[in-house]
Amino acid sequence: MIKLLGYFFEIIRGSWITCRHFVVNMWFYTLKVLGIRTKRKGAVTIQYPEEKKEIAPRHRSLHRMMTREDGRPRCVACLLCMTVCPSECIYIEAAEDLDPEVQKYPRKFIIDLSRCCFCGFCVEACPEDAIRMDTGKIEVAAYSREDLIYDLDRLCG
Amino acid sequence: MIDVLIILIKIILALVWFLTLTLYLTWVERKESAVIQDRIGANRASILGLRVLGLFQPFADAIKMIFKEDFVPAFANKFLHTLAPFLSFFFVAITISAMPFGDTVRLAGRDISLQIFDANVALLFVLAMLSLAIYGIVLSGWSSRNRYTLLGGMRGAAQLISYEVALGLSLVGVILVFPSLRLQDIVYEQGKLLFGWLPKWGIFLQPLAFLIFLFAALAETKRVPFDLPEGESEIIGFFTEYGGLKWGMFMMTDFMEIIIISCLLTTLFFGGWQVPWLGADGFHFPWGWDWLLPRWLVIILQVAAFNFKVFFFCWFQVLVRWTYPRFRYDQVMDFGWKLLIPLSLFNIMATGLVMSVIR
Repeated sequence: MIKLLGYFFEIIRGSWITCRHFVVNMWFYTLKVLGIRTKRKGAVTIQYPEEKKEIAPRHRSLHRMMTREDGRPRCVACLLCMTVCPSECIYIEAAEDLDPEVQKYPRKFIIDLSRCCFCGFCVEACPEDAIRMDTGKIEVAAYSREDLIYDLDRLCG
Repeated sequence: MIDVLIILIKIILALVWFLTLTLYLTWVERKESAVIQDRIGANRASILGLRVLGLFQPFADAIKMIFKEDFVPAFANKFLHTLAPFLSFFFVAITISAMPFGDTVRLAGRDISLQIFDANVALLFVLAMLSLAIYGIVLSGWSSRNRYTLLGGMRGAAQLISYEVALGLSLVGVILVFPSLRLQDIVYEQGKLLFGWLPKWGIFLQPLAFLIFLFAALAETKRVPFDLPEGESEIIGFFTEYGGLKWGMFMMTDFMEIIIISCLLTTLFFGGWQVPWLGADGFHFPWGWDWLLPRWLVIILQVAAFNFKVFFFCWFQVLVRWTYPRFRYDQVMDFGWKLLIPLSLFNIMATGLVMSVIR
């Protein structure tokens, strides 16, 4: 019987909590409707397509290829990123560069975003700091799989 | 002729009130749950870019449900499968006819009662119709040709029948105190005063019966603390094999049951359309003040009071639905048979004793 009364007390306490949330949030909504600006808001919702959350500086977003001064990609086709990639989404075809300082350049550099898991290992592996994931673009959805294959032009641009 | 016309107008008005409230209760449910959980809630449905707090959401839902496929599972009994949602919808929708919305209005030399069906067994009628709604559940579970829906229907029948007992027994105390089964008489009786100042409402005379009725009624609506018949997400319920508008009718039945339960709670325990200390010709406060009002204003105040109380209880039931987790099945049965029914029997005994001592 005492246990039962304890349950009853907890039931009332639970409805008191939800009731408090309702009243407090309705109070801030009413203030908003009346045009009074308050520091606290009635809801924690971020209404996504219109409002966007600030992305953290270390957030891993869409890849980009860094370029040299003359516009060519900084990549030397060492294949380290292709080796380290756990989802095997990078494909590189190396070619000989005429510049003896560079020696190799990527003829093809393809990232298949439909396979990429955004782990960032390629960025850590790169000795030339050629690939980075700091564009801040997170809306990379596409209607076809071909649109998700990023080649050198799209990565540099 | 004119009597028939008056009754037709009353039926149409009551149904419009009932169905509009049902439609917007879905909106209230979404918004209230959102506010409780610090969210905003459905606000995207718009007409020509006009959102107005998502008030068009029920219409968007209705359009979606109308254009869905009318699906009947293979080997199911098609007639019964179609009949079930209509049965449960009908038996709940008809109970609104017994609810007293207000006092008698005198219009153009005629006394018009603001109630469709003024029966002297109105309370029994409402209880009987709510019990018949079980048929819809059992039929839908059985005719779907799915063992899990059959189990859901059996759970629903067991739960509803056991709580029906507590519901009926808790009202015996109320019938003893207000000696009538006519809902209008019960409301008139609650307009009187207790000790000269307290309104003679059911909640003050029968607090225990109110609690029992509240819990049993929450179980009758088959919503979250007692939603074992449905179990939307985990256990499979009785309307699993329904889609589109037929599923929508089951959902609307749920919301209509909330409104009916709110109407019953208001009528039986919170004075129906009575405003405290408001007589037929104005306010008569117990501390000696009189504030006379014209008759039409009194009627409007009373109808508004009824609506306000019903809205409050709808709000309260949505609050309950978004607060508590689901009972386990044996806990539901224990709560009904071992606690509510003995308590309601005790309530009848105590009420009878006190009544006989007072008399």
